Amino acid sequence: MDPLVLIFLTSGLFLGWALGANDASNVFGTAVGTRMITWRTAAIICAVFVILGALISGAGTSHTLGKLGAISALPGAFMTALSAAIAVYAMTKSGLPVSTSQAIVGAIIGWNLFSSNPTDIATLSKILLTWILCPVLAGGIAIVLFKSFQFTSKRIKVHMILSDALTRLGLIFAGALGAYALGANNIANVVGVFIPANPFPVFMIGSFEISSTQQLFLLGGLAIALGIFTFSKHVMMTVGDGLGRLSPTSALIAVLSHSIVLLLFSSQNLESWLIEHGLPSLPLVPVSSSQAVVGAIVGITLLQGIYAVRWSVLRKIVLGWVVTPFAAATISFIGLFFLQNVFNLAVV
Amino acid sequence: MKLSLPLFRRTYQLQDQIDKFFDNLSEASVIYKLAIRAYFDNGVCEEFETRLERIHVIESDSDALRREIEKQLYSNTLIPDSRGNVLNLIERVDELLSVYECSLWDLQIEKPQIPKEFHEKFIKLTRMVIKAADEVCLSSRAFFNSPHDVPAYNHKVMLYEKESDMISAELKTAIFSSDIDLSSKLHYREFVEKIDDIADKSEDIADRLAIYAIQRII
Repeated sequence: MDPLVLIFLTSGLFLGWALGANDASNVFGTAVGTRMITWRTAAIICAVFVILGALISGAGTSHTLGKLGAISALPGAFMTALSAAIAVYAMTKSGLPVSTSQAIVGAIIGWNLFSSNPTDIATLSKILLTWILCPVLAGGIAIVLFKSFQFTSKRIKVHMILSDALTRLGLIFAGALGAYALGANNIANVVGVFIPANPFPVFMIGSFEISSTQQLFLLGGLAIALGIFTFSKHVMMTVGDGLGRLSPTSALIAVLSHSIVLLLFSSQNLESWLIEHGLPSLPLVPVSSSQAVVGAIVGITLLQGIYAVRWSVLRKIVLGWVVTPFAAATISFIGLFFLQNVFNLAVV
Repeated sequence: MKLSLPLFRRTYQLQDQIDKFFDNLSEASVIYKLAIRAYFDNGVCEEFETRLERIHVIESDSDALRREIEKQLYSNTLIPDSRGNVLNLIERVDELLSVYECSLWDLQIEKPQIPKEFHEKFIKLTRMVIKAADEVCLSSRAFFNSPHDVPAYNHKVMLYEKESDMISAELKTAIFSSDIDLSSKLHYREFVEKIDDIADKSEDIADRLAIYAIQRII
């Protein structure tokens, strides 16, 4: 294998690390913040299930990113992933909430613009639609779950101590589901751009064949896990404070809604089941776990009244969502120009 | 609702300890009422001594339970959002149990010779304060199992506390209108206030429970 491949892959792994550091907090932040689960437990569960999600169900959303822009040259993929990672890092540094999905989509469009490759408008509008649909859907699911919980809790008498134990179990289950969904849905953001470049030879273990894509997914999953273990603690501890403090039950509902939405947007099996039964299906698109969790929290908070939501914080979050893809596209365009004209590397 | 899973063994242990703590309060309330009755019937008699001894055992047992519950809540970081409220509630109920014990001890030590004409009112007052304590016990159990029911029990606590205040005011008026000497009047008043303190303490607990229950209802 060309050692250059590993160098080029580092940008994807950097993006994976940033995703692990940031997005793990969307999955387990509320549980750790409410002290229902220790950070150590959360990190272990999150890392294991992110890798499983990436390996088992990661392929679905990668195809959509591939349709948006099939980057066949490794240096181009390197710069695309690097631009997304820089945008994520810069936005995090400036205190703006960030979405890795939006960063990578912005970076791919930057590559399309640079390479004069036409952007597939149908795919792009599908992705843009999910950016609106994802938080709205998460908020709606959270409201339904919250109301159902309230209805049930008035009718079934559960002792506070048992309820605490059940909520903990629920948080672990929903967190594991969320981590799996995060791996499945967002692995395409981390290594998706490297898939067309096909950097690894097929690897055999006995009669098992491990394709280049699977090796990429495993590597990406490990990078996300590294991000979780090295940098997610602080983010997890502080998540939830911005939009309002959640009770452990609300935290469970937020994580559950987030996980359901991520799974809806990444499960190929669910998509085919919905189509088979003549039901409307959701596009398999990498959606932002931040958008999902923010949508869910806003949904729960709205039930307490319109003024319970800290609209100024929400405005800042939405601004971050708008700025991210533009920033990533700009960085990607400029970066590709340098790579091609200064380092004489083929990026297209 | 009880799930018979080994996974929840420790959860149920703690749940049982909390239930036992409130069982102690119910039992102590009944015994206190019987002890007061025994005192007004026969003074510091054998029955009174037995009841006092039982209250003492319950109080000590409750102290041990309180410490064990506190230890488990903190060492296993359970109910992080309600832990402070639960500990505060348990400490206040423990204080109520101490009031039972101290009140009976004072009767045993000071042996006030309360004239027969006041006995009935003292017993009526005891009945009323115990009703307030019983309702606060139900309210506390509801706080753990069905917080939506807490206001209904608290309403009764307030009602019984008001009634107790009225009886205690009547009793004090009767004591101070009688011909007995001032030192005895002051001595008897002290016992009226000690018994009435049970209803006041119950009301304090109910006030706290009202807030804790709102916090529990999401």
